[in-house]
Amino acid sequence: MFEIGLGHYLTLGAIIFTIGLIGIFLNRKNVIVLLMSIELILLAVNINLVSFSIFINDLSGQIFTLFILTVAAAEAAIGLAIIVVYFRNAGTIRVEEIEKLKG
Amino acid sequence: MVAHAVFFYLFSFIAIVSAIMVTVARNTVHSVFFLILDFISISCLFIMIGAEFLGMIMLIVYVGAVAVLFLFVVMMLNVAQQKNQWFASTKSSSHIPIGLLVSLIIFFELIIVVGGWKYKPDLLNSSTITISETTTNTHSLGNVLYTDYIHLFQLSGMILLVAMIGAIVLTFRERSGVKRQSYFQQISREKNDGVEVVDVKSNKGVKIDV
Repeated sequence: MFEIGLGHYLTLGAIIFTIGLIGIFLNRKNVIVLLMSIELILLAVNINLVSFSIFINDLSGQIFTLFILTVAAAEAAIGLAIIVVYFRNAGTIRVEEIEKLKG
Repeated sequence: MVAHAVFFYLFSFIAIVSAIMVTVARNTVHSVFFLILDFISISCLFIMIGAEFLGMIMLIVYVGAVAVLFLFVVMMLNVAQQKNQWFASTKSSSHIPIGLLVSLIIFFELIIVVGGWKYKPDLLNSSTITISETTTNTHSLGNVLYTDYIHLFQLSGMILLVAMIGAIVLTFRERSGVKRQSYFQQISREKNDGVEVVDVKSNKGVKIDV
C-alpha cells in the first residue's frame, strides 16, 4: 500500500488513457473537447514512458517523452487551426452536426 | 516512503478526477481549466519521481502554450455557452454502449498487462544510457539529447516548423477592403514622386489635391 512501485504509475497511466478514450468515443460536444481527450491519451503515454525510464534506470524514456511533447504541441496547433477553418466554413463544430461524410 | 505514497495518491486522485471532468464538463472553458489542473498534477508526479526537467517542461509547454491556445480558440469561436449535454442527445446515442464496452475492454486489457508482466533478469544491466546519481536530471538529458539523439532533435524542430507554417496557411484569409502596408511600394518611392516644388503666387494659395 505504501510502497509505490512501477505498477502504481502504470495503473494511473491506464486509467487516464481509458478516460481519454471514453472522451473520444462518447463525445457529443464540440471537437475541441475531442482534441483535449487526445492530449489526455498522450499524457498517459508520457506517464508510462517516464515511470519506466525511472524504474529501469534508463534515460531513453525521458528523451522519448520530450519528442512526444513536441509532436503533441504541433498536433494541437494544427488541430485547432483546422477547427477554426471548419468553424469559419460550416458555422458549427458540434460533433453531431459534422455529418458531411455521412458517418 | 509514507509521504511519497500519500503525495502519489493525492496527485493521482486529482489527475484522475480532473481527467474525468475534462470529458464531462458542460462548459468547454471548464474543460480547459481541468486540463490545466490535470497537467499540473501530472508534472508534480514527474518532479516527485525524479524527472524534474520533464515536469517543468510540461508546465511550460502545456500550461503555458497549449492550454492557452485551447482557451484562445474556445473563446474566439464562442462555443463555450453551447448546450452541451452528454447523454441527452437523441439523434445518435446508439453507439454509446458500444463505445463504453470497447473502452472498458481496453482498460481491463491494460490492467492485465500491468499486473502480469515481469522483468527479464538482465534488463537492468542492458540499458546503455543509465541515469547517473551525480549529475542532475537536466544535465544528463542534455548530454544524451545533443549527442545520441541529435538527428531526432533536429527533426522535431522541423516538425514544429511545419506545424507553424501549416497553422498559418490554414487560418490565413485574404480580406477585401483592408488597406495593407506594402514595403515594396514604400521603399521604391522616388524623390520625384513624393516631393513637388510648387511655385506659389502671392495671395493666391495653392491647391493640393490635384
